[in-house]
Amino acid sequence: MKVIWELFVAFFKIGAFTFGGGYAMLPLIEKEIVEKRAYATSEEIMDYFAIGQCTPGVIAVNTATFVGHKKAGVKGAAAATIGVVLPSVIIITLLAMCLSFIYEYPVVQNVLSGIRIAVAVLIVNAVVSMFKKGCKDVFGIILAVISFLLFMIFSVSPVIMVVCGVVLGILYTKIKGGNDR
Amino acid sequence: MRLLLTLFFEFFKTGLFAVGGGLATIPFLYNMIDKYQWFSDEVLGDMIAISESTPGPIGVNMATYSGYHVFSLEYGTFLGMLGGIFTTFGLILPSFIVILFVSRMYQKFKENRLVQSGFYGIRPVVVGMIGATAVDMFLSAVMGDAATLSFVNFFSDIKVGALILFVILLILTNKFKKHPIIYIILAGVVGGIFKF
Repeated sequence: MKVIWELFVAFFKIGAFTFGGGYAMLPLIEKEIVEKRAYATSEEIMDYFAIGQCTPGVIAVNTATFVGHKKAGVKGAAAATIGVVLPSVIIITLLAMCLSFIYEYPVVQNVLSGIRIAVAVLIVNAVVSMFKKGCKDVFGIILAVISFLLFMIFSVSPVIMVVCGVVLGILYTKIKGGNDR
Repeated sequence: MRLLLTLFFEFFKTGLFAVGGGLATIPFLYNMIDKYQWFSDEVLGDMIAISESTPGPIGVNMATYSGYHVFSLEYGTFLGMLGGIFTTFGLILPSFIVILFVSRMYQKFKENRLVQSGFYGIRPVVVGMIGATAVDMFLSAVMGDAATLSFVNFFSDIKVGALILFVILLILTNKFKKHPIIYIILAGVVGGIFKF
């Protein structure tokens, strides 16, 4: 029971004190999980992150589930997962409540319209860096362009797009593998 | 009650198919705009800004925020909380289940060629979808409500100040790799002063 509570507390802290998600969480996970509590090794955490990237869902949540499960089974996994999302739920709900009271004020609208420009910039940057990392050959570039157009013009469901991506990735690797031999 | 279930189901789907971290959830949210008109492009922008500048995983923050937003519009400020809880739970449930399975055989999973080659196709698709969202968010940020992908509109309705801020921020973010919050605050202050 004590382990379960500790898992919850450790991941609650991680959820409450990391900004930005993904790899931004790594240093704190390292400190809380590897150094302070020795629930997992650095290498294991890196592995969990890598798997978190290619399994569905939010990486931080996946890592929490992993560590919790390794340490204390399904209950541990649940405690760690709830711990890591609870701060978000509390903070965001409070913020959204406050924002809904002041949303209509002109000042708030002006500030938000400035912020939306920053968000557009951040997303453009993210797309550029993801494009560099994820689309290294002609196959990747063509697939990215086609997906862009399909999503932009025809609003194809993202579920269908992701499933097609998986199938095409597997087919392409099979065909290419065949040609290499 | 129906709305709660719909929210839960939509975010369950997002959690199941959004592979590759928080930003991968954006196309799914964008798709919900199309399907349900739950929120506008502008609100999606606010959500991303808030999720990036508050603690916690971005995907979870966006799920909580959109759940709260949609549900509070129908059922008031207080009950809105329920919406946030349902969407968050919906988002994390699929990965929770998947990871429980994967962690039993994680070495095998990591080295599985099928998994790797599947991922090889997912990445470009996700990039394309987020790219499309980025274009749309750019248009609505520099044109406001008039945003449509048409060059006639583009040149007549564009807000020059907003476009200048966009270019300046684009240069700054690439030159100085500071935390996103800094640029979000900066843009907020500029927006408050110059009123785009």
